[in-house]
Amino acid sequence: MLKDDDRIFTNLYGWQGADLAASRARGIWDDTKALIALGREKIVEEVKTSGLRGRGGAGFPTGMKWSFMPKESRDGRPSYLVINADESEPGTCKDRDILRYEPHMLLEGALLAGVGMGASACYIYIRGEFYNEGSAVDRAIAEAYEAGLLGRNACGSGYDYDIYLHRGAGAYICGEETALLESLEGKKGQPRNKPPFPAQAGLYGCPTTVNNVETIAVVPDILRRGGAWFAGIGRARNSGTKVFCISGHVAQPCNVEEAMSIPLKELIERHAGGVRGGWDNLLGIIPGGSSVPVIPKDICDTVLMDFDSLKEVQTGLGTAAVIVMDKSTDIVEAIIRLSHFYMHESCGQCTPCREGTGWMWRVLRRMAKGRASIEEIDTLYQVTKQIEGHTICALGDAAAWPVQGLIRHFRPELERRILDYRRQAA
Amino acid sequence: MSLGAPAADDLQPASFAFTPENRARVETILQRYPADRQDSAVLPLLDLAQRQHDNWLPRAAMDHVAEILDMPKIRVYEVASFYTMLNKAPVAKHFVQICRTTPCWLCGSDEVERAVRETTGAAPGETVGDFTVVEVECLGACVNAPMVQINDDYYEDLDYHRTVQVLEALKRGETPAIGSQTGRHGSEPAGGATTLTKLRPAGTAG
Repeated sequence: MLKDDDRIFTNLYGWQGADLAASRARGIWDDTKALIALGREKIVEEVKTSGLRGRGGAGFPTGMKWSFMPKESRDGRPSYLVINADESEPGTCKDRDILRYEPHMLLEGALLAGVGMGASACYIYIRGEFYNEGSAVDRAIAEAYEAGLLGRNACGSGYDYDIYLHRGAGAYICGEETALLESLEGKKGQPRNKPPFPAQAGLYGCPTTVNNVETIAVVPDILRRGGAWFAGIGRARNSGTKVFCISGHVAQPCNVEEAMSIPLKELIERHAGGVRGGWDNLLGIIPGGSSVPVIPKDICDTVLMDFDSLKEVQTGLGTAAVIVMDKSTDIVEAIIRLSHFYMHESCGQCTPCREGTGWMWRVLRRMAKGRASIEEIDTLYQVTKQIEGHTICALGDAAAWPVQGLIRHFRPELERRILDYRRQAA
Repeated sequence: MSLGAPAADDLQPASFAFTPENRARVETILQRYPADRQDSAVLPLLDLAQRQHDNWLPRAAMDHVAEILDMPKIRVYEVASFYTMLNKAPVAKHFVQICRTTPCWLCGSDEVERAVRETTGAAPGETVGDFTVVEVECLGACVNAPMVQINDDYYEDLDYHRTVQVLEALKRGETPAIGSQTGRHGSEPAGGATTLTKLRPAGTAG
C-alpha cells in the first residue's frame, strides 16, 4: 500500500481548509519561485522523468505533450494551457475533490505547467453542474492574485501568468479536448478534426495544451520531490500515484489515492470494504469509467490497475473509475443505461455516432426482454465495430466499447433471455 | 420533458435586460477573454441571464446577450439549445435533477426517483407546485451515490427516506444541509478512512 508520506492529495477528503493559509500549511505555494526558476526545459525534463501519463483517460505522456508546444511564439500569438475540469465520465468524481478541496494545488500546478510549455494564460473549463466546486476555484484564484502568486510577475519570478475559470453548461462531449475548445470559444461543443492538433492551432487558433485536473495538480509535487520519486511508484511506463473512484456494489464506496499498478482486488478490499456479500459475490467490474469494457470476476481476480495491465485484458484504465457490480446486478440494464448516456451525449456531428448510439440503445432494450434473434447479437457486435473508429472524436468508440464488453463476456445472458422469451411465446 | 424546446409565445416576456448589478458582472466576465474573442462569454452570460430570470432563458434574454456580444441571434440560440443546463422553458423554484446513470442506478436511484415522485407529486418531466423534476445523466458524485442536484446543490448518499427528508425540508421552507445525507464529510469511506488518518482533525466524520 502507498504510504501516507507518498500521497500527494493530503486533503482529498476536505478535512482541512481549501483556503490559501491552509493550503500553504500543506506545502502548496512553498517557494514556487524557485520551481519557476528551473525553467522550461528542466520542468519538461523532470515531468518526462516522472513518467506521468495523462489522468483524463487517454494516458498520453504528459512531458512529451508539453514538448509539442512551439519554442518561440510565431507572429506574436500567445500559447495557452487549458485545464479540463469537465469531469463527466460516469463513475468518475476525483477531479471534483481536487477542485473543491485542493484548488491551490491545481493553481500552482497550472502556473508551473504554463512555464513548462511557454503559456501566458490558462483557462480552467469546469462542468457547469459543479457550481460549488467552481466557486471554490474562483475563491482560490482571487486569493492567489491578491497574494501576488498569479498575474504580473507571478510569485516574484518575473513570469506573467493569468488563470481564468470558465464554466460549462451541461455537455459531456465538452470533455473531449477540441469540443472543449469550441465551447470555450462560445460555440456548440462539437469536436474538431485533427490535425491540426491543439499544440499547433488550439484555443483561438493559438498553440494550446489541454490537460486533465489531476495531471496538472500532481506537477508541483513531481518538481519538488523529483521525477524519479514519482517514477518509483507503480510499474514501469505506468508510474505514479492515482486517485481511484470506487463506486457501485462495495461496502464503502470512496475515492482514494493509491499507487498505480495496485491489484484491483486489493484496491477494493483494502479501501472500499470489499464487494458487497464478499469477493465471490462479484459479477463484473467496469475498471476505468463508463467508456471502457466491463470485465468478469475471473479477470478481476488478478488484474492490476494500470494502463498496460488493463489493456492486456481488452479494457482500459480510463479515468480509474471502478464501477463494481455484484451478482444481483442486471448486467444488461447496467449497460443499457450507459448506452442511453452516450445517445444523450452524442453531439450529433458524425452519423455513425448520432444514429448508432440510439440504434444500439434500442436494440439492447429489445434484447433485454428477449425480443430478438440470436443472430442479432452478432449484428449488434458488427455495428459497434462500424461505429468504433469512424467518428471525429472518441465518443463513438466510448459508446461502442461497453456494448462490446457486454457481448464479449456476458453473451450467454443475452442468449438466455432470447431463448426464454421464445419458450414463453411458444 | 424537453426543456430544450423554447417556451410558448405567451410565456415569453416582451423584453429582457440585465440589472445594473449584473451589467457590472458582465463587464467583469468580458475581461476574462481577449478583446477580439468576446464570443467566449456567451455561456457565462446566458447563465447569468438565466439566474436573473427565475432559472430559465426566455428568447428576449438570448437576444440581449446576442446584442451585448455582437453575435448573430441564431448563433446564440444554437448555443442555448446545445447545452442541457440552459432551460428554455420555465422551471419551478426547486429544480430537482435525479441522476439516473449506472453508478447511481446500482446504488438505488430508482428508489430516489420513487421518493421524489411521491413527495412532490411530479414524475420526471413534470412540474407540480414548487418542484420541477427531471432525470439527468451522470453528475459526477458517483462514490456518494445515489444523488440529486437541486438548483446549484448536490444532495448525496440518498435512499428513499433521506430523499423524502430533503424534499420535506424544502417544502417547509428550510435549507437542508447539502452534500452527504449520512454524515460523510466528502468521498472518504463511510466506515472510516483507510488513508490519511493522521491528518484527520479530531471529531471529523469519516
